[in-house]
Amino acid sequence: MSRERRLQLIMPWAVTIGLFLIWEIACRAFNVSSFILPKPSEIFAATVKFYGPITGHSLHTLLTTLLGFAIAVVGGMALGLLVGASSLIYNGLYPLLIAFNSIPKVALVPILVIWFGIGTVPAVITAFVISFFPIVVNVATGLATIEPEMRDVLRSLGASRLDILVKVGIPRSLPYLFASLKIAITLAFVGSVIAETVASNEGIGYLMLAASSRSDVPLVFSGLIVIAILGVVMYAICAWFERRMTGWAFRGDIVT
Amino acid sequence: MTGTGTPFVELRQVALTYGEGRDATLALAEATMSIAQGEFVAVVGPSGCGKSTLMKLVTGLMPPSRGEVHVAGQKVTGPIKGVGMAFQNPTLMPWRTTRDNVMLPLEIAQPHRSRLRAEKAAYIDRVEKLLASVGLGEFGAKFPWQLSGGMQQRANVCRALIHEPQLMMLDEPFGALDAFTREELWAIMQDLWLQRRFTAILVTHDLREAAFLADTIVVMSKRPGRIIQIKRVDLPRPRTLETTFEPAFVEIVHELRERISEVRAA
Repeated sequence: MSRERRLQLIMPWAVTIGLFLIWEIACRAFNVSSFILPKPSEIFAATVKFYGPITGHSLHTLLTTLLGFAIAVVGGMALGLLVGASSLIYNGLYPLLIAFNSIPKVALVPILVIWFGIGTVPAVITAFVISFFPIVVNVATGLATIEPEMRDVLRSLGASRLDILVKVGIPRSLPYLFASLKIAITLAFVGSVIAETVASNEGIGYLMLAASSRSDVPLVFSGLIVIAILGVVMYAICAWFERRMTGWAFRGDIVT
Repeated sequence: MTGTGTPFVELRQVALTYGEGRDATLALAEATMSIAQGEFVAVVGPSGCGKSTLMKLVTGLMPPSRGEVHVAGQKVTGPIKGVGMAFQNPTLMPWRTTRDNVMLPLEIAQPHRSRLRAEKAAYIDRVEKLLASVGLGEFGAKFPWQLSGGMQQRANVCRALIHEPQLMMLDEPFGALDAFTREELWAIMQDLWLQRRFTAILVTHDLREAAFLADTIVVMSKRPGRIIQIKRVDLPRPRTLETTFEPAFVEIVHELRERISEVRAA
């Protein structure tokens, strides 16, 4: 492995650890109260101390998020294909989709609580609605940008609309789909944690709210960091899938 | 106009207008021509003369505003089937290997579509043979983006031919290539045509290309496009690069050049 490559691999860890070091040093140097900004060492101690509850709640959040995300992927792909395949549906639905996406999702949670009560269901739905939009837009973009010449080639072969969708539309929109999944999974965490904070008795969002009401600020931060780690791991999994499924979109070295 | 027997492609006073009302522009005016089965026709003219429009009309991808298009004795009312098309942009699918790209028409056009599953091996063999005949024998498993521009365009021509269409539409397929590659592909195109004798319509702005490949050259005026001259090319086949330096060839190109200069100035 070359020096360059090794550096590339070390960089993310080095920067992250560096940030925590600066944080720790700054808190000590300026004598910041742990009620305002706890030192990383305190956050780490709180994480170890509440290891059991943190694991339980974060697993719950992870499941909630993944469930909402899964629904968003299926629904988003289906709607994206519809919107991208037909300009009629596109014209009809697009303003509504944008309007819906403009609504702050936290404002939906109280309504969801009225409908479904406090608990997991509102969190799943919030994760779904917040991560749904980028998937729809990306899949639709992939379909809408099929080259007109490609369409002509297929049509003059006698291809039906379904043929064009299956042979070109779907493969072509896959890189767009996977690119959107990376964004959508992180958004899904935002959604589920928001809902848990407002209306749930479980999950990392609830844990943080409970900790903050007890003024246990290190635990609140511990929750934040757990969410961040979950987000990064899920992002990495999505990115890995993206490379595996659509390697052609990244283009290797050109051989001439 | 040319050839013998009943025409394979016939345009009867075909006109096409884009847009409506005040914005309407006449792209093609009163085109009448007929093309015999197995004839190679080149359409030349200044840019924006409706050459590509003509292609879309013949294949039924666009309905004419006036007049009628007939192909194989039938009036064209929608996209006609079993046409091979190749454009300047090779439009190969980056997620498929070159072989699978060439397979595409077999997955769509009948009767191959229903036979493909049962006779997969035979079809793959056919694709490999065609690829080999244009010098891409070893590149079937490569992805299009691993090929050079000229190789991509050869694969594109293979895709247009694999289902043995009776009609080939070539819309400046060699337009984006360098001069050497282009001349190489003229020869390959001529070989394929001599073997299979499909009817071909080639849109180009390269007059040497037109004279090299075509039996008949149709010269069009600037927009709104009108057919202003139909020129027979009676040079013997197969034509070679040497042919392009012979006086008869040069004379044809010269005459076309002059004609186009006139209409551009007009």
